[in-house]
Amino acid sequence: MPETVSDPAATRSPESAAAATGRRGAVWAARAQRYGAGVLLVLLFAYNALATPNFLTVQTLLDVQLRQAAPVAIVALGMALVIATGGIDLSVGSVMAIAGQVGALTLLAGVGPVAAVALALLAAAACGVFNGSLVVRYGVQPIVATLILFIAGRGIAQLLSGGRLTGFRDPAFQFLGLGRVAGVPMPVVLMVVLAAVLWFVVRYTAYGRTLLATGGNPRAARLSGVRVGRVTMIAYVASAALAGLVGLVVIGITSASDANNVGLGLELDAIAAVAVSGTPLTGGRISVIGTLVGAVVLRLLQNTLIAQGVPREVAQIVTGVVIVIALFLQRRSR
Amino acid sequence: MTAPVHVAPRPRLGRVLQQQGALIALVVLVVFGALRYGEQFATGFNIQSLLADDAKYALVALGMTFVIMTGGIDLSVGSVAALGGVVAAQLSGAGLLPAMLAALGVGAAVGLANGVLVARYGLAPFLVTLATLLVARGLALQLADARSAVADPASGFQDFGRWSLLGIPVSFWIVLVLFAAGALALHATDFGRHVLATGGNEDAARLMGLPVDRTKVAVYVLSGTLAGAAGAFLGAQTGSVDAAAGQGWELTAIAAVVVGGTLLTGGVGSVFGTLVGVLLLQLIFNLIVFENGRGVIEISSYWESVIRGAFLLAVVLLQVRLTRRRAAPT
Amino acid sequence: MADAPLLQMRGIDKSFAGVPALTGVDLSVPAGEVRALIGQNGAGKSTLIKVLTGVHRRDAGQVELDGRPVDFGSVHEAQRAGVATIYQEVNLVPYRSLAENVCIGRAPRRFGLLDWRAINAEARERLAALDVHVDVTRPLHEFPIATQQMTAIARALSFDARLVVMDEPTSSLAEHEVGVLLDVVRRLRDSGVAVVFVSHRLDELYAVCDTITVLRDGRCVADAPLAELSKYEVVSAMLGRALTESERRGRHVGAARAAGAPTVLEARDLHRPPALNGSSVSVRRGEVVGLAGLLGSGRSETARALFGADPVTGGEMRLAGEPVAFSSPRDAIRAGLGFNSEDRKADGIVPDLSVRENLTLALLPRLTRRGVVDRGRQQEIVDRFVARLGIRMASPDQPVRELSGGNQQKVLLARWLCTDPRLLILDEPTRGIDVGAKQEIAELVDELADDGLSVLLVSSELEELINGCDRVVVLRDGETVRELAGADISEDAIVQAMAEGSAGAGEHGDA
Repeated sequence: MPETVSDPAATRSPESAAAATGRRGAVWAARAQRYGAGVLLVLLFAYNALATPNFLTVQTLLDVQLRQAAPVAIVALGMALVIATGGIDLSVGSVMAIAGQVGALTLLAGVGPVAAVALALLAAAACGVFNGSLVVRYGVQPIVATLILFIAGRGIAQLLSGGRLTGFRDPAFQFLGLGRVAGVPMPVVLMVVLAAVLWFVVRYTAYGRTLLATGGNPRAARLSGVRVGRVTMIAYVASAALAGLVGLVVIGITSASDANNVGLGLELDAIAAVAVSGTPLTGGRISVIGTLVGAVVLRLLQNTLIAQGVPREVAQIVTGVVIVIALFLQRRSR
Repeated sequence: MTAPVHVAPRPRLGRVLQQQGALIALVVLVVFGALRYGEQFATGFNIQSLLADDAKYALVALGMTFVIMTGGIDLSVGSVAALGGVVAAQLSGAGLLPAMLAALGVGAAVGLANGVLVARYGLAPFLVTLATLLVARGLALQLADARSAVADPASGFQDFGRWSLLGIPVSFWIVLVLFAAGALALHATDFGRHVLATGGNEDAARLMGLPVDRTKVAVYVLSGTLAGAAGAFLGAQTGSVDAAAGQGWELTAIAAVVVGGTLLTGGVGSVFGTLVGVLLLQLIFNLIVFENGRGVIEISSYWESVIRGAFLLAVVLLQVRLTRRRAAPT
Repeated sequence: MADAPLLQMRGIDKSFAGVPALTGVDLSVPAGEVRALIGQNGAGKSTLIKVLTGVHRRDAGQVELDGRPVDFGSVHEAQRAGVATIYQEVNLVPYRSLAENVCIGRAPRRFGLLDWRAINAEARERLAALDVHVDVTRPLHEFPIATQQMTAIARALSFDARLVVMDEPTSSLAEHEVGVLLDVVRRLRDSGVAVVFVSHRLDELYAVCDTITVLRDGRCVADAPLAELSKYEVVSAMLGRALTESERRGRHVGAARAAGAPTVLEARDLHRPPALNGSSVSVRRGEVVGLAGLLGSGRSETARALFGADPVTGGEMRLAGEPVAFSSPRDAIRAGLGFNSEDRKADGIVPDLSVRENLTLALLPRLTRRGVVDRGRQQEIVDRFVARLGIRMASPDQPVRELSGGNQQKVLLARWLCTDPRLLILDEPTRGIDVGAKQEIAELVDELADDGLSVLLVSSELEELINGCDRVVVLRDGETVRELAGADISEDAIVQAMAEGSAGAGEHGDA
């Protein structure tokens, strides 16, 4: 009917819409949005392979580049879930601090590493339930709902710590941060395993399908019998639990929980990683591999610039510029 | 046909709490502080340092209030404050006025970039200002060589931080004047009404022929400029600006704005409420310091952020109740 | 009144992406006249209004205001020229005071600052002129919709509007509020303002309008003084029905098909004001029941209420004789209902998901073992329904947004058919799709009913109702006014009931 076709491009894919209207620039924008992060990764990799001494060694790749990217990448996976519902989670950094502190304290209390990890993850998940309830039950905007724990969460962690560094020695626990599996650092192993699990969940489980339906069109999802609230809640809990796990990894590396600094500013890095992967913040889409690539690319970009003698500060500027470019591509391709 | 006489409901307790709750809490806490800690609390020194401290947060929160009232958000303010502070400190040799103007100019420039990207290109405010947060921080670190920018001690720059009038720091007088101007602009100028109309119903504002895009650019420029000023105030107060300063100010400011009764969805706001919100959130910290000073029980200063979060939670839940009632059919 | 009409639109063409929405439409309104503008969804009313008010640019034709050719590039321009629009949904700022909503943009000032005293006084005066006496300093959202509408009208008049376009202003008003609004329209007319009044409630049109323009498929099919057309004739023109065809009858086989079959779903006296005021409908096993009515008669609202998508304030529902109350669509789906909503884009497809996922969305709980989707079975079901419904696509992995409207609709039908429902509610299943797909869907519904599926078919197309239904329930103003079965189903009878209610017709529930 006439009135429904007034915006023919609105319902089609970026590429086909762009192709239909014959805007060459938009076609390129759509491709750049989808593959930009991957292309950037390849370029950075090639450049470093040629220009950076010792770049192409297992040592550099695994222990430096990937290991540094892993914490952000894991948090970004949870963030991607929340973003797929159309939300955002600002509290991940604070939740990391809480989980790290709970882990360290319970370990010192002598419950053993397994129970310590379990309790820490439980604490993190509880934070997720808090966020999720505000969003689902009370309809609070996600930014505000998670801002509350962003502010209060670190305070809670600091209260638990009394403001002191909580050091511990427990090889089994430290394995989370320092261990190696077949020579691969544990954080990298976790990153790969969790990404694989999430990839499977998104692709093959009912949850993955309902997640995308919820973010893509909540009204249609509800009319099709999807429990939209429950799906959203699970995303927030998963995001918090993943953040909690990363909190444990971080304190595992340093053998001490520093409630003041664990996870500080990580929420923004994680959001940036998702944005660079070409995932729109409006929900309904998720790219597990893209998010991983996004996190690695941002880290590699910074490291490359720094290795080239660019001051660390300027490297940060480049990250900001990359985000804006990603946003522009999303907009152009629409 | 009888004439329809619709009587709007009287303000309910919930609304009063949402709009004036922060003020009530502030008054209660001040009275509590004065009674419990007596003269120490009410000394000129305590009030002076409290207000001087508040000045910079208040500036940032004032700009944020306008941005939020249009339905947007500005995450870049903390970084912009650092950038402005670094620039001001480095130019302090040229005198107070050029240093201040430079800080304002830098802030306005970042704000303009935010505003154009949001209004002209329709990008998400959250991500745009996240990107400029990184860029401004990077510039600040670069300019200051990743250290602190120290103001020229021979210049009059730091004097500014020491001036006071009637026992109240000049910086806070400036804040009061700006808030008064902000409240007036909101209440009695077209700009203020355009801000509220844009945030209240952007489509309607466009259909009414209001300059929505121009209004949006203006609020981001305002927010950036005030953040730059806040950085300069910080520099004048302490004599140097750490390039890492201002981290998390954006979220503190958002909290103060919300606690002050401005709806995050835009369209409703109070400039005065924001000032109260800033004072309230800072006072909590001050009281904890005093309580510990009594030495009876030790309250960790970390309660501060927990209490802030709790305040935010209470305010948010109150807002939800009120907006739900609005959504319900009348 | 005036000799030259205030507004004169001639030969207006407008198409979107090659699809014509308006073809050679004329509309003229003299000062001091109220003209009704009516047409089905997609007939081009909104497009015409948008061309007039500067939202869309016309492709061809002329618009003259007061004898001078005009060409508005924006709403603002139209407003300045004296053309004001009152929308169905109040387009004002909810948190601001009535006074501000009336005056913003051209508010009185003193010393460069807004003069609130003058603003409030002006708003009070302007609203009082519309017989609205309220505290203008309270925020808009605290007032009932009717007062909000009045505020919009007051704002429009404050711009010295000479032409006021009202796009379904009464659709969200309660009955007594409608009366007040109609009074205002009359007063506008008497003061020399020209009014274009869009509404689907015929009684309202007859109460205030002097002349009427009926649009169908983007063309003007009637233009006459309203007194010369009966309600019946208006509805006939709107639905595109030639009077000579009135002998066409419903399918007699249908009545036999469902006769004596047990009742699957029965709803009585559903209430959800203002949209539903006592709608009742029942469907037997293997029966196709049509739900007819003009726009705003509560067709879709009845469908949504049955499916648990919106709560009702009164009435009862029985499923296979057992009382039920669905609190969510999930409950309804479990009980064996399916609901294909009218708005495919907003309530149907998940655009970015593939055909496969869209098709099996409602079936997911049954396709899943320990959380993992059984891909084999999923593929099997997708293949089966793609073949059965003839869904044309590149692959099941193609995002559904890339399909044509007709194929999207088939995917949505398949979404429900694969759940093997007892009752399928189809709300305008053929809207906005091409003729071929329309035919296919009609045939499919027929086959399904023969296989024992019960279907409730909401439609605004007479042909669809007459050819496809065993029984037709007609709603008017949210109330069931007539029920037609078998040989009684005729265009004549349906149009009669839609236009005038049960007057002159038999008792309802006579099937």
